[in-house]
Amino acid sequence: MSILTAKETAKSEADLVEIIRGAGPFVIEGGGTRRIGLAEGENLSTRGLNGVTLYEPGTLTLVAQAGTPLHEIDALLASERQRLAFDVPDLRRLLGCEGESTLGGVVATNASGPRRVAVGACRDFCLGVRFIDGRGEVVKNGGRVMKNVTGLDLVKLMAGSQGTLGVMTEVSLKVQPLPETVVTLAVPGCDAAEAIAILSRMLGQPYDLTGAAWQNGEVLLRLEGFETSLRYRVERLKALLRRDGVEHWGAEICDPIWRGIRDVTVLHDRPGDVWSVSVKPSEAVRVLEAVQPEDVIFDWGGNRLWLLTKAGTDVRAKLTSGHATLVRASGETKRRLGVFPPKSPTIERISAGLRQQFDPEGKFNRGMR
Amino acid sequence: MDMPAPKPEILRRKSELATRLRAILTKDALIEAPEELKAYECDALTAYRCPPLLAVLPETTEEVSNVMAICHEMGVPVVPRGAGTSLAGGALPSEDAVILGVARLRDVVEINTSDRYIRVQTGMTNLAVTAAVEDEGFFYAPDPSSQLACAIAGNIAMNSGGAHCLKYGVTTNNLLGVNMVMADGEVVEIGGAEMDAGGLDILGLICGSEGQLGVVTEATLRILPKPEGARPVLFGFDSNEVAGACVADIIRSGLIPVAIEFMDRPIIRATEEFAGAGYPDCEALLIVEVEGSDQEINDQLARIIEIAKRHTPVAIRESQSAEESARIWLGRKSAFGAMGQRGDYICLDGTIPVGALPAVLKRIAELGDEHGHMVGNVFHAGDGNMHPLILYNANAPGQLESAERLGAEILKLCVDAGGCLTGEHGVGVEKRELMTHQFAPTDLEAQMAVKDVFDPTWILNPAKVFPLDVSASRRAGA
Repeated sequence: MSILTAKETAKSEADLVEIIRGAGPFVIEGGGTRRIGLAEGENLSTRGLNGVTLYEPGTLTLVAQAGTPLHEIDALLASERQRLAFDVPDLRRLLGCEGESTLGGVVATNASGPRRVAVGACRDFCLGVRFIDGRGEVVKNGGRVMKNVTGLDLVKLMAGSQGTLGVMTEVSLKVQPLPETVVTLAVPGCDAAEAIAILSRMLGQPYDLTGAAWQNGEVLLRLEGFETSLRYRVERLKALLRRDGVEHWGAEICDPIWRGIRDVTVLHDRPGDVWSVSVKPSEAVRVLEAVQPEDVIFDWGGNRLWLLTKAGTDVRAKLTSGHATLVRASGETKRRLGVFPPKSPTIERISAGLRQQFDPEGKFNRGMR
Repeated sequence: MDMPAPKPEILRRKSELATRLRAILTKDALIEAPEELKAYECDALTAYRCPPLLAVLPETTEEVSNVMAICHEMGVPVVPRGAGTSLAGGALPSEDAVILGVARLRDVVEINTSDRYIRVQTGMTNLAVTAAVEDEGFFYAPDPSSQLACAIAGNIAMNSGGAHCLKYGVTTNNLLGVNMVMADGEVVEIGGAEMDAGGLDILGLICGSEGQLGVVTEATLRILPKPEGARPVLFGFDSNEVAGACVADIIRSGLIPVAIEFMDRPIIRATEEFAGAGYPDCEALLIVEVEGSDQEINDQLARIIEIAKRHTPVAIRESQSAEESARIWLGRKSAFGAMGQRGDYICLDGTIPVGALPAVLKRIAELGDEHGHMVGNVFHAGDGNMHPLILYNANAPGQLESAERLGAEILKLCVDAGGCLTGEHGVGVEKRELMTHQFAPTDLEAQMAVKDVFDPTWILNPAKVFPLDVSASRRAGA
């Protein structure tokens, strides 16, 4: 029997086990469309693990292999008028890469877009996972039901772990029915402070906003649901806003706008570094004053700031709370500043301890920690 | 149910331990008198009792840290306790363990309605959190039925849900950050008030870890604006199958009810006798609740009724007022009390894919007959979280054991149907030995390897969650 190597594409979990046991270090790759860390090792592709294992529209559950292309999952869900709730960002243009995003990459990076403000992140929709650890052992955790406190929750641990603990081979997800309709309210002419005030006030109302953002001086508020309900909610929000010039748009206009916020379109093809900063909304204005970015998008009601800065700017040095991820920069800047936020010594010790347990030889994604 | 024998060397050093703890605690925070320790001999799984070696009720995170440091140094097991409402024995002590209760940590640390969070000490009750933000129009979403009594510490330990988690998620979806005391006494801050913590999702790991990884003393919780209103509709069906099919249709319709509750015939009868809510005499009953403005509620209920009519319900009762809503909820809310009138019961919480509901309910009834126990089912149907209540007589010899055997069969059935052993109560001691039915040895090994990182000597709530023989070598090393 010939020994498999990472040069060949694994077609099954068993293939991956064999490759992992035989070599390393690896850089795990699904579609290669979300890699922001620095690669250190041989490419290990999960693309050969392709296919939906189970889809039950009546229970809002989907189980698929990690290498399944995202667009195939989106198409399958759309055929039943369902979707992934967490608005997966497409970062290809921002990061300057091509390829087909895979489910494994989405989960490994906890990729979550504007709807997170209402429904939670990718990790909140992950019900179960199978993965291969650094010893080549296959581990499963969670399952395919919404409520599950049976043992420790390694599903959350794997979601967003950037491939540093193991190679995911299968994921089960909760999906969401498509809403009947969507409306966006646009409030023009707002500076950052006004934007935060409006976003916080509107998110404090019981109208289930599924998008709350600010870009180009415009606050954007998205509502999804049944038409009669949205008509009522739009009127209520407008009355609360008490501002002139507030517009509301239907799906044809607002879908591209929210795709733009999700994919950070405003910052595409512009020179400089791109940071994603996680802060309390009440800190957002202070961050802008300290960093003086070239441009900015507020998403998640001001909980996430996308900043375009002059190349080489150390945004973290200017933060007094929250944390920042360097999403796009030169390799030199990434090496100098680090891509991922630094951790407290205790969290670092716990994280290193977990990596030691799951990947004692340090085979996986060394540059993604 | 077995517990490991206490370690004699720990029992021998009891007075030394008491002296050291007394020195670092405020004066009545150490409990040593046998009659006072009785209050800590069990949680809400009252079938099992064991007085602890000692109990402590620290008032600050620093005191918790000092207690942990001493116990760690002396190798004494620590069983963290919130309000003691666990139904799975999560806070059951052993003779050689110290109960560490967080009941005196009940301050609100910070309320921030513009950033929509509250920071509390974890001895606060679930309902007190909502009470703290209610006047400003907010609430804390997870609503376990014990919410009047249960503490946030226990909610985090068991990843508690509740009737309304269909829309709002469970604790893990509403937890932003914690302050946690580690096994050796070190205090670690995980997450904060931001939406994510960065790095590995250690917060996700802590939530639902049943006191295996640390003692959470403070938590930052997401708060949400209170809905304008809520009203339920009740449906009666002449079979569980039809009711189950109706649930699936509602879920995929795009409507997001906040709750879909299911009651079967034994529960309907018991609650009628007990509470007289005026429920229809039928095989299965659904309560579906929606939120919004009055008009939105009317619209949503109309859609739900339209869906339900396709399944030819034998009764439809739509609430038009707060009184009618209360009447519809009356039977559901008194279901556990009603079953309690009929005898002692074990409450399980296995979860299954919603599609498997009819088949699982049918098999549960058969298993109940085979074992000679009545089983009632009342549960959160929207998320498949079953609550079979197995009746038994605690005074009749052998009845508890036979009810437990039936319970084990039912939980295995849930796992075999694609579900899990526990949706929101936790494994504790109750389902510990069934873990091998759901997990392969490598799956359990991976979970225990995580505990090794946080608690290398296994002093935190040992002999819980993992089957005793599986965890034996790790516990012996402690």
